[in-house]
Amino acid sequence: MVASILPLSLDGVVLRKRGKHILGPVSLELGATGCTILLGPNGSGKTSLLRVMHGLERVREGRVGWAVPLEQARRKQAFVFQTPIVMRRSIVDCIAYPLLLDGQSRVAARAQAADMADRIGLHGDLTRPAFVLSGGEKQKMALARALVRAPELLFLDEPSANLDGRSTREIEAILHALKADGTRIVMSTHNVGQARRLADDVLFLNEGKIVESADTTTFFNHPATPEAQAHLKGDLIP
Amino acid sequence: MNDLWAGLAEALRLVLRLDPDLVEITLRSLQVTLTATAIAALIGLPLGAWLSVNRFRARRMVIALLNALMGLPPVVVGLIVYILLSRAGPFGVLGLLFTPTAMIVAQVIIITPIVASIAHQAIRDLWSEYHDLLISLHTTRAQRIKALLWDSRRALLTAALAGFGRAIGEVGAIMIVGGNIDHATRVLTTAIALETGKGNFALALGLGFVLIALAIAVNLALHMLTRTERSSQW
Repeated sequence: MVASILPLSLDGVVLRKRGKHILGPVSLELGATGCTILLGPNGSGKTSLLRVMHGLERVREGRVGWAVPLEQARRKQAFVFQTPIVMRRSIVDCIAYPLLLDGQSRVAARAQAADMADRIGLHGDLTRPAFVLSGGEKQKMALARALVRAPELLFLDEPSANLDGRSTREIEAILHALKADGTRIVMSTHNVGQARRLADDVLFLNEGKIVESADTTTFFNHPATPEAQAHLKGDLIP
Repeated sequence: MNDLWAGLAEALRLVLRLDPDLVEITLRSLQVTLTATAIAALIGLPLGAWLSVNRFRARRMVIALLNALMGLPPVVVGLIVYILLSRAGPFGVLGLLFTPTAMIVAQVIIITPIVASIAHQAIRDLWSEYHDLLISLHTTRAQRIKALLWDSRRALLTAALAGFGRAIGEVGAIMIVGGNIDHATRVLTTAIALETGKGNFALALGLGFVLIALAIAVNLALHMLTRTERSSQW
């Protein structure tokens, strides 16, 4: 039995960059299952919070804690960026890269990457350079790369922000399947409809702070704060 | 203008006749320059990558120094290498002065900053693109450098070729440390300098055209081998 890296707990975390306050203080605990959606206006701190949780930002105030040692926790989580980072390699080699880091042989890593590409719905010649893919395909490729190590926890930063409706639907279908398979998902989005479709619980952020935290039904039917009410109505937040 | 035509004719004559002296100095030019380029690439490319991914106190100064060293005067390099390798110098015991090895040493010193500096520029851009991904994947520093070197290999080829271009046309340093000794250290550039001094302009120009053709041929060969400029390739 492999130990779970969750729960993840943040205790009084504050993020500052060049003296400017970006996030916090934030305290929360993420359980082992479900899909948590971070909602909020531009600049509310959604991306920063995801980056802090994943360890992309160095926190000097507060504490980020895992159920296992940090080294172990980092290997069992993955991050999908808003703009997919496309390596200058073939599609299959982009997806296989994390496996090569783990010491797998190139042949085995490519075979596993091809299998993951197929599961994610990325078809066609995988030996093409990854830059030839469309925006939606690049995001699928990034998702396949994130999933190829079978992470327990997946962070996604507005993964469908730049995609059309069809690509967004495909990404959401993949996320639904992941949820069903037990992958813990934490995702930021601007899209209230997408949040309704995917979320089990919602963290609503404004000006770098979590102003509301609730399960999906409560949040969308009875938002408690004026900021969340305004956001859900499409109004500008005061 | 007549000298130019005479030079072209001389170049053709030398090549068509496969003049043994020409073949010898051409091969020596290639041997010295390609060896120097390979050594400079082995030093300069990882150095450029290391400078791109590491943050340390004197980093800016090191980069500025590296850029400044791109304009290192070859004659001064030649003089310093001469002093170091001369009998009275610290490496005199090796007996390397007036050998192709001394010429390689001088060329490595001249072109390593060029290779490292161009590599640093290319890798720095790629590092800013890959930064979040490589941190997210929990890579070690060595793994980052390896990925950056591999994925910027086309740009690094350009860095190496820039070093090759500088080295193949270099004359000042290798004249000093090589001595332009016939059948020992004579290369195309030093032969051109010698023939010009003797007033054999046609032969000097002929050798010059052979040198230009050689530089172009090596560049084309490397580009073809590494399949650059193909639409479906990086």
